[in-house]
Amino acid sequence: MGELNGLYALWYRELGSSIAIGGANYQTFIYPGILAMTVLFGSLFFGLYIIMDKRVDFLKEVLVAPLSRTTIFFGKILGGGTDGIIQVLMLMVLGALFFGIHYTLYSAIMTLVIISILMVSVISIGLIFGSLMSSPEGFGLVSSFVIFPLFFLSGALYPVNNLPSWLHVFVSLNPVSYAVDALRAVIIGTPSSFGFGMDFAVLIGFAIVMVIVGTEAFKRMKL
Amino acid sequence: MYVIETKNLTKKFEKLTAVSKLNLKIKEGEIFGLLGPNGAGKTTTLSMLATLIPPSEGSATVNGFDVVKESSKVRHSIGFVFQDPSSDDLLTGRENLYLHALMYGVDMHDINKKMDDVLRLVDLTERQHERMKLYSGGMRRRLELARGLLHEPKILFLDEPTLGLDPQTRQHLWGYIKRLSTEKKVTIIITTHYMEEADELCDRIAIVDHGKIIALDTPHNLKHGMGGDLVRIRVKKPNIAALRKLKYVKAIKREDGMLTFTVNDAGKHLQEILKKVGEVESVESHSPTLNDVFLRFTGSEIRDQEGEGGYFERMMHSRNR
Repeated sequence: MGELNGLYALWYRELGSSIAIGGANYQTFIYPGILAMTVLFGSLFFGLYIIMDKRVDFLKEVLVAPLSRTTIFFGKILGGGTDGIIQVLMLMVLGALFFGIHYTLYSAIMTLVIISILMVSVISIGLIFGSLMSSPEGFGLVSSFVIFPLFFLSGALYPVNNLPSWLHVFVSLNPVSYAVDALRAVIIGTPSSFGFGMDFAVLIGFAIVMVIVGTEAFKRMKL
Repeated sequence: MYVIETKNLTKKFEKLTAVSKLNLKIKEGEIFGLLGPNGAGKTTTLSMLATLIPPSEGSATVNGFDVVKESSKVRHSIGFVFQDPSSDDLLTGRENLYLHALMYGVDMHDINKKMDDVLRLVDLTERQHERMKLYSGGMRRRLELARGLLHEPKILFLDEPTLGLDPQTRQHLWGYIKRLSTEKKVTIIITTHYMEEADELCDRIAIVDHGKIIALDTPHNLKHGMGGDLVRIRVKKPNIAALRKLKYVKAIKREDGMLTFTVNDAGKHLQEILKKVGEVESVESHSPTLNDVFLRFTGSEIRDQEGEGGYFERMMHSRNR
């Protein structure tokens, strides 16, 4: 019985203790990071569909239609975006129910806006890889190579204020950091590290660049 | 009026010249066959005409539009039925048609009527609400045929339409293709390496090999060009000299005891030939088929190029690419 009590005590201690960052416990703190992670992993791999469609002739059927490649590209973004937004909505509900996140109408809408902009960029990256590559293995390799740095250097899992300066350089070069920063400011209410305006400027700029590169990649896509 | 005209159309991939200075004129309303061994450049030619890949040199017009400069107008004028499955398995037959109609800008008011119409044409009205997953290979092809027609193209490209289908289904599909040609007055360009398919369907045939046209005519004329019926006889001691004297015997070839030659009207002259040639063990005679024509023009060695094969083989190939 003594062992069992001891076990319970140790367990209870873990449950009871929590790391608090900026007044929020760790679960709450990383929640915006988890949202960003969902977007990153879910949306990037949407590009894999392009490769699957190349395997059969479905992509040709779309490409031979009298639509411009730009239209096809935006169609794909909308398709991937719908999938992604549904995932994020589910996570938002879970957050509100189980992680003690309090959404206001404003914060819910702003969350979706930030997520959408990030999603457009990430889906574009996926589609660019998809249009350039022909094997799913290659796609997996290259996207892992991109996605993990983007994720781990984004501040999704840790606060970015007290980082060593060399690491801070990488973090501030990563566009995803700005999405996480903005999400955290909106959802938890902690002051934004880069400045809210800066966050939006970087996010929108990044999305525009990725969309331009993506449409260009689609125009050059070979079968 | 030619619906398709190519001038020195050429496509080069890194080392390989897939299509070399192709000159083609295809008439309105005909069924035109591109016949050739695997890797002859048939699919590449179609892809260029359909604006999927740009030509390296030369030019082509489809329905009067240039394939490079007016690619969007070209794509409005054509329908394409691809070699590999190109419909979404998770959607029903009708949903696949609807998707296609939207992409091709079919007038919203007409969509339902047109879908009913093409479904009836390929006898899929009853199965239209089933998911494509449950379709057989033949039904899938039929639906894709119907889909190619949905936006009422002037020209329909069929790339190996009956590849991998059983003989009954193929026979059936040919019926549908002929029906499309007569009911819809659409020009059909078909690639195949099934001789009987080309013979059965096509008004004119171009035999393509190594990216070049090596013969172009109606199936009838191509077969006549062989110079008569093909005769194979097995003789112990053939009297070839006597055979040479006969005017109607041509292209005599001797291969280990077998004598092959062509005879102008074998029915009439065979008796006389058999009298003169020596002690005959066996005789075989047939009127030339497209197969004979094809083998004469393309040679009979086995091709060791990348197979076009079926769906699965393509999957395996693209894996190793």
